[in-house]
Amino acid sequence: MRSIGKSFPGVRALADVSISVRSGEVLALVGENGAGKSTLMKILSGAQPADTGEIFIDGERVHIASPRDAERLGIGMIYQEFTLVPQFDAVANILLGKEPQRGFFLDDGEAHKRAAALVAEFGIDIPLTRPVGELSVGIQQLVEIAKALAKNVRVLVMDEPTAALSEREIDRLFEIVATLKGKGVGIVYISHRMEELARVADRVTVLRDGATIATRAISEFPIDDILQAMVGRPVDARFPELPALAADAPVRLSVEGLNAAAVRNVAFSVRSGEIVGLGGLVGAGRTEILRAIAGADRATGTVAIDGAPLRARTPNDAIEAGLAFVTEDRKAQGLVLGMNVLANTTLAHLDRFARVLGWLDSDAEERATEAMVERLRIRTPNTAQLVSNLSGGTQQKVVLAKWLLGEPRVLLLDEPTRGIDVAAKAEIYELMVGLARQGVAIVMVSSELPELLGMSHRIHVVRNGSIVATFDRADATPTNVIAAASGAAA
Amino acid sequence: MNPRIRLIGTIVILLLLVIGVNIAAHGSFLEPSNIVRVLRQITYNCILGVGETFTILTAGIDLSIGSLVSLTGVVMALLANSLHLTGFALVAVVLFAGIALGAGAGYVNALPVVRLNLPPFITTLAMMQVALGLSYIISHGRPVPLTSNAFNSIGIGTFLGGLSAKLHLPALPIPVLWMAAVVIICALLLEKTRFGRSILALGGNEEAARLAGIAVRRVKTMAYVISGICAAIAGFLYMALFATGSPQTGTGDEMLNAIAAVVVGGTSLAGGRGTIVGTFFGALLIGLLDNAMNLLNIDSYLQKVVLGAVILLAVALDEIRKRYLAAR
Repeated sequence: MRSIGKSFPGVRALADVSISVRSGEVLALVGENGAGKSTLMKILSGAQPADTGEIFIDGERVHIASPRDAERLGIGMIYQEFTLVPQFDAVANILLGKEPQRGFFLDDGEAHKRAAALVAEFGIDIPLTRPVGELSVGIQQLVEIAKALAKNVRVLVMDEPTAALSEREIDRLFEIVATLKGKGVGIVYISHRMEELARVADRVTVLRDGATIATRAISEFPIDDILQAMVGRPVDARFPELPALAADAPVRLSVEGLNAAAVRNVAFSVRSGEIVGLGGLVGAGRTEILRAIAGADRATGTVAIDGAPLRARTPNDAIEAGLAFVTEDRKAQGLVLGMNVLANTTLAHLDRFARVLGWLDSDAEERATEAMVERLRIRTPNTAQLVSNLSGGTQQKVVLAKWLLGEPRVLLLDEPTRGIDVAAKAEIYELMVGLARQGVAIVMVSSELPELLGMSHRIHVVRNGSIVATFDRADATPTNVIAAASGAAA
Repeated sequence: MNPRIRLIGTIVILLLLVIGVNIAAHGSFLEPSNIVRVLRQITYNCILGVGETFTILTAGIDLSIGSLVSLTGVVMALLANSLHLTGFALVAVVLFAGIALGAGAGYVNALPVVRLNLPPFITTLAMMQVALGLSYIISHGRPVPLTSNAFNSIGIGTFLGGLSAKLHLPALPIPVLWMAAVVIICALLLEKTRFGRSILALGGNEEAARLAGIAVRRVKTMAYVISGICAAIAGFLYMALFATGSPQTGTGDEMLNAIAAVVVGGTSLAGGRGTIVGTFFGALLIGLLDNAMNLLNIDSYLQKVVLGAVILLAVALDEIRKRYLAAR
């Protein structure tokens, strides 16, 4: 892929990206969230068109206008979210869309033969006849790979393939990767796990802000240099100064013995005016910790705000106790896209505007929303604008407005700047600092290391649902946070 | 897409239809007496559709409303015949009992939906069978004629007859006033209250609504309760009209026609988007179409075909317009 460029309204996702992968090679593609990896791969798979640039396969220039084109050209994708039909067995999933037929009817015997031959060829050990929904995530991942291989791939893209796998399953995955290399398949391997690169990659390409920064053989590219290339700038330059924490600042939020699905015995506290970062890999349980605190999921343990334990554990109780939870996925959990700015802003605090018989005082709603629009500099023509028409950064500000309307004492932020442009990010950082100054206790989950390091007084690293390491601002470095997150010795 | 904009499509189709038919029918279509006839005819469908709108806005559905019309009608008739009351007191007690029954049935509809996450299609399908069965059991399958004439004025009476006569206008039937009251109250409930906002929010994004502290279960339950209440009001008006509680009402197309009115009125079956006023216009469009085809002597079997095509067309046009606006 040469000189690929792609812009979205308001965002330049890719400026000038070139990557190449050779036959029988694993190219690791690394970069921070938002660096452009996913966009690049969507272009390669035909899910989105490129604005500029060219793609060559085996020296031949190709046009990829649709996923069908990509498939025809031998480009296979394995996404983070599986594309399997859970009720079907592995055979049916592997041959989906190209089922062998005898006359008008499906030829089950032939299908089974073909699937079995395929998995044997690549040494993939999976049960062929059980519904894949009953299999573990790791096995499903292998089914997904077999499905891609059934299309005679020449280039296979694997997006964070190990995110949900156990150590043993990862070993098996890497064996299969080795087999594929032996058969001449070129593999693009996307991962956040630095410690994997040395094991699996031949070369590494670093993307940053939609551009290729460096491509080098893994043997000449120490992990520290890769991190440096990914981050690019002195780590804390683009973050505002955090307010100093008063020595006697009282504890605002305290969490003890918190247990939930994917959360194990978590305890920590946050003082008034403090920003605590939760670091760790995707799937480590950080989001689940926030959800458990906010009453979004069933949980046991004690959560106290200003010393008063929350009693019943529902979102409503948490809101009434002064807690606000800005969720990770604003479209799925934060916003009602079909409603306007006003309705989204007041949604969590409707009782404040409700009069007799639940009648909403629309003038009061309008005033409160306009005040928020001004305070957060929400770029919208008016409060009646549907939020689906706003940019990502503006949408995120609407979510923040919804929660700040309640003047929360504790603010939980899950990936507060994911997918939004640099200017909006800076505004959100400023806002966090301002809230901390006012004494709000903030817990932030972030997968962006610079953000985590630059915006936290203290960092807890989460792995397998537990806090495994704690660093003060002065001690936290990219290397020791990543080491703790991935379980490697620092 | 703003539901108010979606509504415009329905109204435009309505106007074109009205003008075209009026020409074809030599002016008889737009005669005041004919308009009033249409309004009276759409009363029941509109009231049922308004209730149905709430459940559809939560991304659910209520299939039981037709059966509930039958059950509440029979129960109210039996009750009216057994009470030693007269006049207004009798009407009030019977109506109150019918509404309580409808609300209770709605609550039962909602219970498995909010507690066990069962699909409302299933729970209300079950209620549809149960309610109709009960209706036949308690009436022994026969219509229950009302012994009191206290209900006559509600079923066939008119409003301000003297005034309209002076203005040479047809008098408004009382059921039309009931319809107007239901539409106005429910429209205000949906657009102007915390409950309405909560319905729209949870229909648009249930998880976001839950995390915003909205009592999702309670709000959903209320949607089915309102639907049951609207079915009871329709049952009450049917009973008053025919002076009979008949188990056979509600076995026909009531539920499907109500859903058609909701959908033609611009409410999304996916939930979260729609208006009560839209449902009124949806019911009006279907009613005008029926009436027009009768005036034009269109074969009654063909009428069904046309009606189906119009429902499809109205929703398809809406979808096309939505895409067109989204693409800009």
